[in-house]
Amino acid sequence: MAALAEEQTEVAVKLEPEGPPTLLPPQAGDGTGEGSGATPNNGPNGGSGNVAAGAAAGGDGGTPKPVVAVSAAAPAGAAPVSGAAAEAGASHDRQTLLAVLQFLRQSNLREAEEALRREARLLEEAVAGSGAPGEVDGAGAEAASALLSRVTAATPGSAALDAPGTGASVTTAFSGSSSGPAAPGKVGNVAVEDQPDVSAVLSAYNQQGDPTMYEEYYSGLKHFIECSLDCHRAELSQLFYPLFVHMYLELVYNQHENEAKSFFEKFHGDQECYYQDDLRVLSSLTKKEHMKGNETMLDFRTSKFVLRISRDSYQLLKRHLQEKHNNQIWNIVQEHLYIDIFDGMPRSKQQIDAMVGSLAGEAKREANKSKVFFGLLKEPEIEVPLDDEDEEGENEEGKPKKKKPKKDSIGSKSKKQDPNAPPQNRIPLPELKDSDKMDKIMNMKETTKRVRLGPDCLPSICFYTFLNAYQGLTAVDVTDDSSLIVGGFADSTVRVWSVTPKKLRSVKQASDLSLIDKESDDVLERIMDEKTASELKILYGHSGPVYGASFSPDRNYLLSSSEDGTVRLWSLQTFTCLVGYKGHNYPVWDTQFSPYGYYFVSGGHDRVARFWATDHHQPLRIFAGHLADVNCTRFHPNSNYVATGSADRTVRLWDVLNGNCVRIFTGHKGPIHSLTFSPNGRFLATGATDGRVLLWDIGHGLMVGELKGHTDTVCSLRFSRDGEILASGSMDNTVRLWDAIKAFEDLETDDFTTATGHINLPENSQELLLGTYMTKSTPVVHLHFTRRNLVLAAGAYSPQ
Amino acid sequence: MAEEKKLKLSNTVLPSESMKVVAESMGIAQIQEETCQLLTDEVSYRIKEIAQDALKFMHMGKRQKLTTSDIDYALKLKNVEPLYGFHAQEFIPFRFASGGGRELYFYEEKEVDLSDIINTPLPRVPLDVCLKAHWLSIEGCQPAIPENPPPAPKEQQKAEATEPLKSAKPGQEEDGPLKGKGQGASTADGKGKEKKAPPLLEGAPFRLKPRSIHELSVEQQLYYKEITEACVGSCEAKRAEALQSIATDPGLYQMLPRFSTFISEGVRVNVVQNNLALLIYLMRMVKALMDNPTLYLEKYVHELIPAVMTCIVSRQLCLRPDVDNHWALRDFAARLVAQICKHFSTTTNNIQSRITKTFTKSWVDEKTPWTTRYGSIAGLAELGHDVIKTLILPRLQQEGERIRSVLDGPVLSNIDRIGADHVQSLLLKHCAPVLAKLRPPPDNQDAYRGEFGSLGPLLCSHVVKARAQAALQAQQVNRTTLTITQPRPTLTLSQAPQPGPRTPGLLKVPGSIALPVQTLVSARAAAPPQPSPPPTKFIVMSSSSSASSTQQVLSLSTSAPGSGSTTTSPVTTTVPSVQPIVKLVSTATTAPPSTAPAGPGSVQKYIVVSLPPSGEGKGAPASHPSPVPPPSSSPSPLGGSALCGGKQEAGDSPPPAPGTPKANGSQPTGSGSPQSAP
Repeated sequence: MAALAEEQTEVAVKLEPEGPPTLLPPQAGDGTGEGSGATPNNGPNGGSGNVAAGAAAGGDGGTPKPVVAVSAAAPAGAAPVSGAAAEAGASHDRQTLLAVLQFLRQSNLREAEEALRREARLLEEAVAGSGAPGEVDGAGAEAASALLSRVTAATPGSAALDAPGTGASVTTAFSGSSSGPAAPGKVGNVAVEDQPDVSAVLSAYNQQGDPTMYEEYYSGLKHFIECSLDCHRAELSQLFYPLFVHMYLELVYNQHENEAKSFFEKFHGDQECYYQDDLRVLSSLTKKEHMKGNETMLDFRTSKFVLRISRDSYQLLKRHLQEKHNNQIWNIVQEHLYIDIFDGMPRSKQQIDAMVGSLAGEAKREANKSKVFFGLLKEPEIEVPLDDEDEEGENEEGKPKKKKPKKDSIGSKSKKQDPNAPPQNRIPLPELKDSDKMDKIMNMKETTKRVRLGPDCLPSICFYTFLNAYQGLTAVDVTDDSSLIVGGFADSTVRVWSVTPKKLRSVKQASDLSLIDKESDDVLERIMDEKTASELKILYGHSGPVYGASFSPDRNYLLSSSEDGTVRLWSLQTFTCLVGYKGHNYPVWDTQFSPYGYYFVSGGHDRVARFWATDHHQPLRIFAGHLADVNCTRFHPNSNYVATGSADRTVRLWDVLNGNCVRIFTGHKGPIHSLTFSPNGRFLATGATDGRVLLWDIGHGLMVGELKGHTDTVCSLRFSRDGEILASGSMDNTVRLWDAIKAFEDLETDDFTTATGHINLPENSQELLLGTYMTKSTPVVHLHFTRRNLVLAAGAYSPQ
Repeated sequence: MAEEKKLKLSNTVLPSESMKVVAESMGIAQIQEETCQLLTDEVSYRIKEIAQDALKFMHMGKRQKLTTSDIDYALKLKNVEPLYGFHAQEFIPFRFASGGGRELYFYEEKEVDLSDIINTPLPRVPLDVCLKAHWLSIEGCQPAIPENPPPAPKEQQKAEATEPLKSAKPGQEEDGPLKGKGQGASTADGKGKEKKAPPLLEGAPFRLKPRSIHELSVEQQLYYKEITEACVGSCEAKRAEALQSIATDPGLYQMLPRFSTFISEGVRVNVVQNNLALLIYLMRMVKALMDNPTLYLEKYVHELIPAVMTCIVSRQLCLRPDVDNHWALRDFAARLVAQICKHFSTTTNNIQSRITKTFTKSWVDEKTPWTTRYGSIAGLAELGHDVIKTLILPRLQQEGERIRSVLDGPVLSNIDRIGADHVQSLLLKHCAPVLAKLRPPPDNQDAYRGEFGSLGPLLCSHVVKARAQAALQAQQVNRTTLTITQPRPTLTLSQAPQPGPRTPGLLKVPGSIALPVQTLVSARAAAPPQPSPPPTKFIVMSSSSSASSTQQVLSLSTSAPGSGSTTTSPVTTTVPSVQPIVKLVSTATTAPPSTAPAGPGSVQKYIVVSLPPSGEGKGAPASHPSPVPPPSSSPSPLGGSALCGGKQEAGDSPPPAPGTPKANGSQPTGSGSPQSAP
């Protein structure tokens, strides 16, 4: 990957106060970005990482070129392109080093080998540590590719090496031969292009021992771990699963089919139950040929499985493996695992269990260290006009008394700048229109009537049931003012309902519009067509099930994402499609408008989330790093961050400004299907197929709570307007209400916890559960709190 | 580590024969075994891969079921053309075929004639998607409305009943009054600690089931009061509504213990007082509770069974056993017990065998009075054909002798005669269908007599009739049949064209026809103004000539001329083969004057069916209008017509069921004036 991220100063974002505020696409994107589609190499891949790819196409052989990478780890297709020239030299170095290592090993010069490896690692870590922006310049293709082999993905701007040269070779050596072409994803259907990547990826499995010994190795290790002290056992047990997987894959790759089968049979029962889905994929994989194009397998290969182990336990393991001369396992540990060693007490089983479960192990500690501006934006744009509007409102309504205190409170609130808030113009936001201001005022008014919720004052829940949907309801959204509901259906339609007496009116036809007196005061009323007004409007345009839908905050637009790979923007004035955003070549699972409008984010089967502006037909950012489908995407309330939940059982938080991944949350044991931020922006709640809801502290990057109770996928999550109550809806046909205040009350955010990331979760799900409400065989697909804190839930009745 | 969580994963592959079959179907005859094996591996792997992708689409589609379209989308991901022509069917019937040592599963595709499709009328357009709002919760409480599930689903009630310690109370109870419960638990714990003297408990956590709170809300108390009053009150319409509510309301779970106590106590008191009407009402409540699909009754069966059993086998259930129809109550209760057995009998509680034992014991006893005898037999007979076969048939001869001795012997007691008579007809009714199934067709009187003694000839003719009926039913399944538990009586019908203020005593019936209505009224002697001559009710079924299905059951009250002593002398029912006579008479002529509002000009016909067992010999008084008291205006306590309507609907539905809507429709008039059929 030639395209290396640069420090923020180089980010090509021009923050222009006047003019249409735009988060410009990184410079590389224009011109060559999409144009690289013409490059034969890149053709079908165009989808992911095209920005980087474009840059790479321009760069010759790893010459450092200051480009903004969307994410350093943008895995797909870019690699082969970038590799074109760079790899030639690099692979030579790599092979040299491998040869040296092999020689050392064969001649039993363990120490020397160790030293070399360690040096490689140290260097690597130094590199990773120097990730602070501004320190580095230039980009080494090889260094990047070495980094790429790690999970962390988006750690751009971290390599400070020369172009392919001596230094690079060391780094390369460390990363073993697994470096470089990390193409886990959608390599399209062109098998030819697929080929080199896979073989490169798999080549690591070439060196191998006696296949019949594998079982012995594994059971030897198992015996050792089970006999070790309790405190170490829990930690070392984490090794079982990755070792099992890699040993199995090695056997398969080297075509020891029977050995592989019996190895699997013998040991798969030992693995934790939450790996079952992956094991199922593995179990079907019995031939070398199958490995090509198997995404799960490639995930294992291209990303190192991250383990966090205390230094003591690690020493114990190392000593054992060396004593036993257990090269096979040691190689795997060296090459395919990333062991994050920490000092201090080993973690307990509970602590480990809380954090593991993702496809690629835990997040590295440093992955969650960067600063996140999780505070809310103060709203100066609102404040000034608000006063004006307020006064107008007063004049209009003649109720100055009521307004005064409220205005003060709001004024004081927004004057107090949240220390954690991002700079106001970190991301250019659209200017407020008059209608938006009106809406804000309405919002304020409603706020005064808002019900104060709490354990003693539970919200009422109004359930909207979609009848006769024949299991076809796939997405629901409700406008912020709760006046419209949209449903996305498996029959490709998008249906918009008005749930207020106000019917849905569209603008008249052009011929009729020309007849209107444009000077009249009520021209805005006149342009609306009363004749066709109805409660339901159906939008046709997609050619596959509609998996995501989102209203714009101003209720003028609607986004929908579909299996057909497009995101469509619909006008709610004319009820027609305005734009079809093409970019994802595969089903788009979710899309959401920014809380300030204009921007939106989408995520799909191609494992990337894309960040768009409505007036650009190409994405402004591509967030790549997930190892499986991006199932759900949500904006942070301050619009500076985007959270994505994925089928790789991780949640990532991305910085919109530079495309970096700033948080990786692991701990879910199943694909994540719902996300929501707390209204104050500090916390994130996530729900997965395992039926659990996890709560995260964004600032500290820690898991702070676990809500158990649901028995099936949690499809929808929402905080109340003031954040006192968390509502969760699930496929088990229940809505549950949780006491969010209590859940976040006494957080263990002492320095130690923060520093080590070791968490102790209280087992208090039952105390936090405030209510469970069964529906009649209706999965709860969507939840929404109205401005007055009434819960709206929606789902389709599915007769048993 | 994870030893306890054993996973069951196995790499299943398609059999290589499948490959051969597929190859053959494509015209490749010879395919090597090795090739097959390779293909198998590959195909199995690909199929699994696609299935795993399809699963993704199912999850994202928020569904629990995988559909064929999911597979299509998964194929599309792989750039494979989807399979056309497969629809998401609930059930895809794979057929199995074998032959020549091969086994094959296939999906049968019928050849469809295109013209057939073109010519068939279009199916109805499916309903469009629509949005419906309801309150799932109001300030934390889930309202009990039809859109919401019942507060405590049956499974949960069951879980609570069977595993009280395990059951965490889900739903409302858990959350709403959580604090209350929490306090309860903590106080219990506190007590536990104080008393914690016994060292036994020290190791194990001291777990007490938190005392469940059986407090009813004010609304529930009101409801309970209203329902119970309506159930035993005098207004039949209210009662029907109340029973309907008990049978359908999803939220009765918390009141169940009270209902159960109400019934068992009620039976206890009313048996002593011989208050037949109330007993019937209580049994109808039991029936309604049993019918409620949301209630888990098992916890209360121990209270209900004795009450129901009492109503079956009690020696005396009414004040005047010779007049009142306590038999119907026994029949009904017997059906209830059978239903209870069916639902709740398990190998652990052995309800059925215990009940069977009870019945048999009281039947076998020589000294058992005829009433109890009747109840025991009815109870046994309702338990099914097997029970009849093993327990009743072997005793038929013995029982026949006993009946004969009473019927043919000197008239010792009228009550005994009636009892014996009823037992006889009961035996005939239940045994005939069983025998008809057991024995081969030629029915010989002598053979029957040889086998079953004195009951033989009667049985024989009943069996013949049962066969005929079975054949008839086989022919005409849809026809509503009128099954009446009495031995087929004659039907007397006389015309009384002259109008008059009094109900024409057209149909004079001896009291022993014993329609429950009559007895009920007599049981509640205080209510009607003229208690002494209990008004009988007749069922007039009017059927408009156009549609036979719109029969309406009307009730019409007359009264028996004398008290039972004269007319109720049981007529020998030795003419069971007499077919019911049904006369169709035009409205104008037949309709009694009090039933005047017959549809003018409509060509309705009333079928007047009366069911007195009065033989032809005794038919004489029926012909002349005897002095009849004016029709009682008091509503009948038990929907007489409803009762018979129930019988008419289906043999197995107990009589006092809320009844057919038809019956209810005619009911509100209460008095004897029939309504014209629509």
